[in-house]
Amino acid sequence: MSMGQSPTPGRFVQCANCRKTLFLAEFLRDLKVCGHCGHHHRLTWQERVEATFDPGTFEETDTGLRSVDPLEFPEYREKHVAAMAKTGMADSVVGGRARIEGRRVSVAVADFHFMGGSMGSVAGEKVTRALERGCDELMPVVAFCASGGARMQEGLLSLMQMAKTTAAVERCRSEGVPFIAVFTDPTMAGVLASYASVADVILAEPRALVGFAGARVSKQAQVVKAPDDFQTAEFCLRAGMVDAIVHRRELRDHLGRLVGALGAHLAPKEALVG
Amino acid sequence: MAKTWKEWMKPLLELEELIEKLRAAAAKETDPVEHERLEAKVHDFERRRDAVLNVMITRMGPWEEVLMARAEPRPYTLDYVDAMFTEFTELAGDRRVGDDKAVVGGPARLDERPVMVLGHQKGRNLQERTFRNFAMCKPEGYRKAIRLFEMAERFRMPVVTFVDTPAADPGVESESRGISEAIADSMRVMFSLTVPVVSVVIGEGGSGGAIGIAAANEVLMQEHAIYSVIPPEGCAAILWRDPAKGPQAAAALRLTARSAGELGLVDRVLPEPFGGAHRDPVEAADTVKRAVLESLAALDRMGPNEVKRHRYDRFRRMGVYETV
Ligand SMILES: [Zn+2]
Repeated sequence: MSMGQSPTPGRFVQCANCRKTLFLAEFLRDLKVCGHCGHHHRLTWQERVEATFDPGTFEETDTGLRSVDPLEFPEYREKHVAAMAKTGMADSVVGGRARIEGRRVSVAVADFHFMGGSMGSVAGEKVTRALERGCDELMPVVAFCASGGARMQEGLLSLMQMAKTTAAVERCRSEGVPFIAVFTDPTMAGVLASYASVADVILAEPRALVGFAGARVSKQAQVVKAPDDFQTAEFCLRAGMVDAIVHRRELRDHLGRLVGALGAHLAPKEALVG
Repeated sequence: MAKTWKEWMKPLLELEELIEKLRAAAAKETDPVEHERLEAKVHDFERRRDAVLNVMITRMGPWEEVLMARAEPRPYTLDYVDAMFTEFTELAGDRRVGDDKAVVGGPARLDERPVMVLGHQKGRNLQERTFRNFAMCKPEGYRKAIRLFEMAERFRMPVVTFVDTPAADPGVESESRGISEAIADSMRVMFSLTVPVVSVVIGEGGSGGAIGIAAANEVLMQEHAIYSVIPPEGCAAILWRDPAKGPQAAAALRLTARSAGELGLVDRVLPEPFGGAHRDPVEAADTVKRAVLESLAALDRMGPNEVKRHRYDRFRRMGVYETV
């Protein structure tokens, strides 16, 4: 496991927040939430899929999409290759179909471990396809966000992914397809300022970092004092920017209820499968 | 490398100052011989100025484009509004929190035709810049934009936006009022419109702050404007932990109009008067106006739903990747 330092590798882990030692088995069973302080450690996309969707129902799509280096940006290829080797992923977002509490959903799951979850052409395309798949196949869309923002190394192409994904959200709205976004740690900048923030319903994990600008920039830029929980899920909830902060353990149930209620009109007979 | 347009242009600005002084002296000179001598000197320095300008402009790299896009004397949104439209009537406020002076907008006429105009507005001196918050919009700026976009839709007016912002406002207040949601929602509303939308990048196309009002059917970009996912200094700070490496980052980011055109992310690159739009604002505005009229004429041939579809398809194509 990549979280924290384990004194006995494989058996124990240390909480990244409270530094207490945790049994690895317990930590994993608790979906990487610290049993002492409740800190939600970051998940890989596979862990997220396992924690959220009905067992065995996730089917990955768009597996053939590969980033290129359209700008020949310094060190992009090297960083991308290293990220692929480290994570086994092709890029920072995985798209697919799954079921949640028996209901079909189109999904996009970002993984922060892949280049900070940054959104370039491939991530933008996968998110867009997830949203369009929701429209084409009449199923709600669920996106897990985990990203530092747009991918600098693809320049303006990355900025355009913000518009492209947002256009797809507008298509969902006009076609009555529900879109639920889950802000996990961190959900920042270009991802927050595009498809993520215009979801019909936004859930956030406790204490996830959520913000537009890097905290350093924001605090420097203003005479107004930032509150202690500035740019956290809790701050966003107070500001009216998210619907609820949901403990990871309860996320499946929460999403299931929302998908059921908001998506019931789409395919009444297909919505629940025994 | 120079950090500002003024620093970069110093040799030229000094020559121009000298020319002005000589011209004034020549105008006052009563002795015909001395007058002749001064006039000749003016011409001589003008030739020198043209030569200096020629070298500076033809040797412009990405960093010089950044400096030019940020140049203080560059025409701003309201200058283009004045030059291109008539009967501009500014509307204010988001009807929620306040009025963001970093963005201006309202109905106007473009050759008699009613249109909705909107753009980021910079200030020319410190007082104006503070008043305009350096053209960095807060959430209320994007919500004012949304109000105007929706009004344009109701009254079947095409929308023309001018993009010129370093970035959206990154402060604590902006975060508290949902700057990210405001930007995203402004884009989303633009995608819902069935009236034509044309955007013109006239200076700094600064990341989310820019795209928030640039989800258009056609995006035009002036020759010396820039369009970037991140300010070059910010990129340099992340990549090389050194904001002073902005010039290297500017090159890596391909943020020039030419690059944006080559990548197919802007539809047309509009030529500027030699040396930059500020050297002949009338000609610059004339070029922009003609291009906007041409874009609108093409979009006028489409039905309302086709216009909306066209905008979706325009952005849907964006992205470079392989499929294996
Ligand atoms: Zn802990």
